[in-house]
Amino acid sequence: MPMDQVAAHGHDAHDHKPGFFVRWFFSTNHKDIGTLYLVFALIAGIVGYSLSGLIRLELAEPGIGPLTGLMEVMYGTTGQQAIEQAKSFYNVVITYHGLIMIFFMVMPALIGGFGNWFVPLMIGAPDMAFPRMNNISFWLTVVAFILAMISFLVPGGNGVNGFGGGWVLYPPLSSTAGHAGPSMDLLILSLHTAGIASILGAINFIVTILNMRAPGMTLHKMPLFAWSMLVTAVLLLLALPVLAGALTMLLTDRNFGSQFFDPSGGGDPIMFQHLFWFFGHPEVYIMILPAFGLISHIVSTFSKKPIFGYLGMAYAMVAIGAIGFIVWAHHMYTVGMPSDMKAYFVAATMVIAVPTGIKIFSWIATMWGGSIDFSVPMVWAIGFIFLFTVGGVTGVVLANAGIDHALHDTYYVVAHFHYVLSLGAVFGLFAGWYYWYEKMFGLKYNKMLAYAHFWIMFIASNLIFFPQHFLGLNGMPRRYVDYPEAFSLWNSVSSAGYALSMVATLIFFVVLIESALRRRKAEANPWGEGATTLEWTLPSPPPFHQFNELPVVKNEAGH
Amino acid sequence: MRYVFAWISTLLITGSAFAQELVGQPTPGALGFQPAATRIMERVNDFHNYLLVIITAITIFVLGLLIWVCIRYNKRANPEPRKFSHNTTIEIIWTAVPVLILVAIAGPSFSNLFYQENEPNLEMIAQSGDLDDPNIYVDAAKEGWITVKAEGMGNWAWTYYYMDELDADGYPVQYVSNGIHYGLPSDPPATPEKPLYLATDYPMVIPVNRYIRYQTTSDRVIHSWTVPAFGVKTDAVPGRLNEGWFLVEETGVYYGQCSELCGKNHAFMPIEVRVVPQDQYDRWIEVMKTGDIDAATELVQVIEPMGDGTRLASVE
Repeated sequence: MPMDQVAAHGHDAHDHKPGFFVRWFFSTNHKDIGTLYLVFALIAGIVGYSLSGLIRLELAEPGIGPLTGLMEVMYGTTGQQAIEQAKSFYNVVITYHGLIMIFFMVMPALIGGFGNWFVPLMIGAPDMAFPRMNNISFWLTVVAFILAMISFLVPGGNGVNGFGGGWVLYPPLSSTAGHAGPSMDLLILSLHTAGIASILGAINFIVTILNMRAPGMTLHKMPLFAWSMLVTAVLLLLALPVLAGALTMLLTDRNFGSQFFDPSGGGDPIMFQHLFWFFGHPEVYIMILPAFGLISHIVSTFSKKPIFGYLGMAYAMVAIGAIGFIVWAHHMYTVGMPSDMKAYFVAATMVIAVPTGIKIFSWIATMWGGSIDFSVPMVWAIGFIFLFTVGGVTGVVLANAGIDHALHDTYYVVAHFHYVLSLGAVFGLFAGWYYWYEKMFGLKYNKMLAYAHFWIMFIASNLIFFPQHFLGLNGMPRRYVDYPEAFSLWNSVSSAGYALSMVATLIFFVVLIESALRRRKAEANPWGEGATTLEWTLPSPPPFHQFNELPVVKNEAGH
Repeated sequence: MRYVFAWISTLLITGSAFAQELVGQPTPGALGFQPAATRIMERVNDFHNYLLVIITAITIFVLGLLIWVCIRYNKRANPEPRKFSHNTTIEIIWTAVPVLILVAIAGPSFSNLFYQENEPNLEMIAQSGDLDDPNIYVDAAKEGWITVKAEGMGNWAWTYYYMDELDADGYPVQYVSNGIHYGLPSDPPATPEKPLYLATDYPMVIPVNRYIRYQTTSDRVIHSWTVPAFGVKTDAVPGRLNEGWFLVEETGVYYGQCSELCGKNHAFMPIEVRVVPQDQYDRWIEVMKTGDIDAATELVQVIEPMGDGTRLASVE
């Protein structure tokens, strides 16, 4: 819907902001809450990224070295005891790396951050439907993160502090049999809290999108980012209660003598896996769909062309979300399922490749015939499309249960899901960050530094994760603190890639600091004629309250 | 960096075969699967090579399109953007062609899956007498199953049970197989015979060219029993008895590592399978029945060549 078809809006009436404390702690403003989410995700991201640094440091060469030294510092133990603790601590590190990156970095950034900021702006709404619930969602996420951090610092029952059973929390390792300490109980509480926060946020998005679109903006004229958030919110609403149920059963197993997952009482550990992955598989789409949405806008903006196949793009996301609920057991091919059931999950899983392919090809078709401006967000978006394709095709390999028997729980899986998440969702995140940075903060950033950030990050993340395919094929299992000599070459390459990614991360912070210090005033629309969604009709940063007079999307703005 | 050229050339050829591949264990710097020792893994390998061609072609195709649009339609080459946003024909094509590709994948995928998953009917195979079908082993089928149960233990070891081999008291032959390396200074030195993190004190022993039915279970947390060269991996779940099968075609020592996070020593819970000629296996199991596990293990330290004395060769 081109900008010129949108009626003018008045916002100069009164734009007074509350004082600092009230503004940032009692905030009910969707833009401020979005900023809070982004800052929060940045902090959690630093923690999660540092934990992955510990992983790559430990795996850089054979032998249990760096973590042993850390144990000596943290616990004052020496020799053999320090090594034994380092083994447990490694499992703790991988567990919290995964949980923090998923629940406290990617989700808050893409959904809480960009979603809060731009869903109301894009659909022409003054704010979210339930501003105070929005505040609760954010602060519950903070509480959840604090609980997770406390959980990291209290005894896990495995010789060190923290829970070391992997982000999937499989019992009996997560039951008292495996981790008797209070760490796991705090983690359950943390995930419950994060889940409640996400469910409230999801309700808020659904209500906002369904009820508060500007006059004339039918669902089929709604920007794709809003579509992606709608699908994401529905997935959250349906998936998270199942996780909550599984977590509650785990909690009562641990503390009140129930035996849902304990075979000695007639329970079944595999039931937890079914419940977990019924949540867990939609969860991976929850993380990637918002990136799908914003990549569409970036590709369209910088190709100066409308999105190719808008309806196909919207319904591809709906299809991905729907199919995402019926493929969960492809995470469980080795647990001992009947072969017919595996065959079903193979077929259902491969079907997802079709809507995903539609999206990839539609992005390219949007660029086709365009006049492409390789601005910073666009190079991140192009990087995203390529890297997501690589992660997607290895997903097709893993979907085949016959091959998955060889690759399950190896580094091939690690490489696959980092290509779609670390190189997919995170590249989408950075694309969105550089696309909307000026809009959100009213400041320009240094483009040369941002390009350097992209290129170094692109090389580094491929260097980290591509060799992990080789490790997995050759049989290296995941979640291993140490490995046979044969795996040392590709592990050292992977760790070298991590070192390079630290340069990229450093540049990212230099971009932020440089921008904050130089304070170059941003334009309302730095991207020109291609940027057609409503947020570009507002000044940068937008006024504290926008669209006091609703914009009207005229009818001829069809697709 | 002496491997660099070898990698590139092998990557170009198959993407999986490796010049100096080790058997039964990972090869330094390798790019692909370990060499197959069973028909199951051979089929996995073939199917993966087939898939690798498809996914590489798709990736290169997408990359090529991206490069093309970046060259042809950048703002200098194409200052005036076109405004189209629909093309029904192309949309039908890029929906239909992936479906066809997936159908082409599903065929071998299902046949592969059912070959692995469905326990072969040995009586039917023995009667079929079809010696040319690489998927069945007529002579081995006549010998029947050997059933070994692997139980994952809470202290990061595997207990093996030979379900049909009873000792003097009528109990199945059973023993605990521990890894010998734990990442500790007290570890014995790693040698080619006792590779680091792979070797065990008392290995699992099975005869070559026999149908093996393996079962997995666990006493406390979930583990996963796997041997990459066999192409099998099955979780060991408390309260469950999972089952699978394989037949190893070559004698040798094959290693695997526990493949489901099970706590502190997850990385130090190896699986060592010594695949020996039938008569060597027979001597081993006889000594095992007496309870002298050290003497029995001594018998399989050197894997004997396949002589005329092997039962399989002498059948019929």
